Amino acid sequence: MTKPFSERLVLLIGIFVAVLGSLFPFFWFVMTSLKSQIHVEAIPPTWWPDGSLTFYESVLFDRHVLTSMGNSLIVASSTTVIALLIATPAAYALARLRLSGKAWMLGGLLCVAMFPQLVIAGPIWQILKRLGGLNTHWGLVLPYVTLTLPLAVWILATFFKELPLELEEAARIDGCTAWQTLSKVMLPLAAPGLFTAAILTFIYAWNEFFFALLILTDPAKHTLPVGIALFQGEFTMPWGEIAAASVIATLPLIVLVLLFQRGIISGLSAGAVKG
Amino acid sequence: MNTKDEDRLREEQPCRLLDRLSILHMTQSTRDQTTGWLMVFPALTVVTIFSLYPAMDSFLLSLHRVYLSLPGLGQSFIGLRNYTHLFQDPVVHQAFIVTLGFVILSTTLELLLGLGIALVIHEHFRGRGWVRAAVLIPWAIPTVVASQMWRFLLNDQYGVVNLILFGDRVGEYVPWLADPWTAFCAIVVADVWKTSSFAGLLILAGLQAIPDEMYEAARIDGARAWQRFRHVTFPLLKPAILTALLFRTIDAFRVFDLVFVMTQGGPGDATQVIQFYGYKTLFTEGRMGYGTTVSVTVFVALLILSVFYVRTMGSTLLKREPT
Repeated sequence: MTKPFSERLVLLIGIFVAVLGSLFPFFWFVMTSLKSQIHVEAIPPTWWPDGSLTFYESVLFDRHVLTSMGNSLIVASSTTVIALLIATPAAYALARLRLSGKAWMLGGLLCVAMFPQLVIAGPIWQILKRLGGLNTHWGLVLPYVTLTLPLAVWILATFFKELPLELEEAARIDGCTAWQTLSKVMLPLAAPGLFTAAILTFIYAWNEFFFALLILTDPAKHTLPVGIALFQGEFTMPWGEIAAASVIATLPLIVLVLLFQRGIISGLSAGAVKG
Repeated sequence: MNTKDEDRLREEQPCRLLDRLSILHMTQSTRDQTTGWLMVFPALTVVTIFSLYPAMDSFLLSLHRVYLSLPGLGQSFIGLRNYTHLFQDPVVHQAFIVTLGFVILSTTLELLLGLGIALVIHEHFRGRGWVRAAVLIPWAIPTVVASQMWRFLLNDQYGVVNLILFGDRVGEYVPWLADPWTAFCAIVVADVWKTSSFAGLLILAGLQAIPDEMYEAARIDGARAWQRFRHVTFPLLKPAILTALLFRTIDAFRVFDLVFVMTQGGPGDATQVIQFYGYKTLFTEGRMGYGTTVSVTVFVALLILSVFYVRTMGSTLLKREPT
């Protein structure tokens, strides 16, 4: 059915505003990263960049951005792997097995997700200090796993619930234990959910700032967000360098969004509405 | 059935045979319980050690006077005196007002824009996947990056906002982050830009759950676009909007990164939100006891909200139990 012209016009304007509003601010930052110092500090600002790559050179070779990127990669991928290893069996048990106290556990997980970081930050800092975990990658991965578990469990539980019950029953009748049913029947079917949970966990860990700021005080251990937040120039703010480092930190996420837009959207809403 | 048949059956379908024997059936369900507990055990352990224990510990700390810089003083128990102090602390009052203003203003704008975004990306048109990806990008960008970005866009000399508003009239350029009111608006704008699409996605999920027949029926009855929205979409969308509202409220209460990067709570105390004030007392000034009192108070406020949340939303998951 074709829509009246006025409705199509409103939709067109809506699309235009949404895309422009979402992209323009970051687009401007990307342009800034491609200017040379004179253009960044021009008053009034210049519209178009001169295509200079000096900021990228200085960020990649002089500053610690490459080290920070490595740190971010290690922390975010370890968090993702560990969180999923722990969350998958828990989500399966909570979604499918007869288990007393299920309601309490799901509600408790939800409450944990609501904790202000500050309320657990002090004690976690003290635990890590005692264990020697300050300024280490694992010292950051531990709280990250805790913080991402609720979301991962909820997403996976939602996916497990949507799988047909018959397949599982057939496996159980054939003599599979709960573990075998999970690993041989349910996991392959829940692969899209697993993948979505992995992407969301990774993005969370890649972007987290508060705990990274507290736990990693040594500049050689900084993750990208901490590095970018604490960027200091000698006399003025090094905006060109900040923009270049920001673009580098954001690029992997943009690739993830472009490739997996569908999965991300269904995963984010799975945790909330469908849940 | 002779014994030979039974043997064959036992070999082929052991579980079905077990099912017939009620005692064995019971042991299987107890075994399920054990396996279930084993499956949730790692998750429970991690959450207990790194979330529940720290939260309890914070609560205990808030009943003590502790200075990180003066370990010799030890921890003296002072009961609820931190809390009575908190309720009389003018800085805390100011921080609560700023936080509350931030929460109300930003969540309202995010829900309105989110609703708009959801309505747009729910429509069918060519290139919808690209539009959805474009809208998701602010959500994916690290908050720290978004904060630095807005700090630069709002810069008093090099910022594009001044360029767009005033062009070449350099004399009229506004130092947005130097004035209390515009600085407050700046963190609201940055938060709205960053998270409206998340609110939009939650609302989109609600839109997708509305069956097309409802619209068809309204169309046949001659309802115009606005009437369809007013009488069909909006009433059915209320639960999704409520979910988005609660998610966003809870998240906005915990705002930290934006303030840390963009304003450091300034100018004056204009953007000092409660989470940032708590961070300063805890880790810059090292007043462990009082700092945790601030954080526990925020926590209790959020807990009341989450209980409300679990009551309204969490029950749907439990209602859909397979057994």
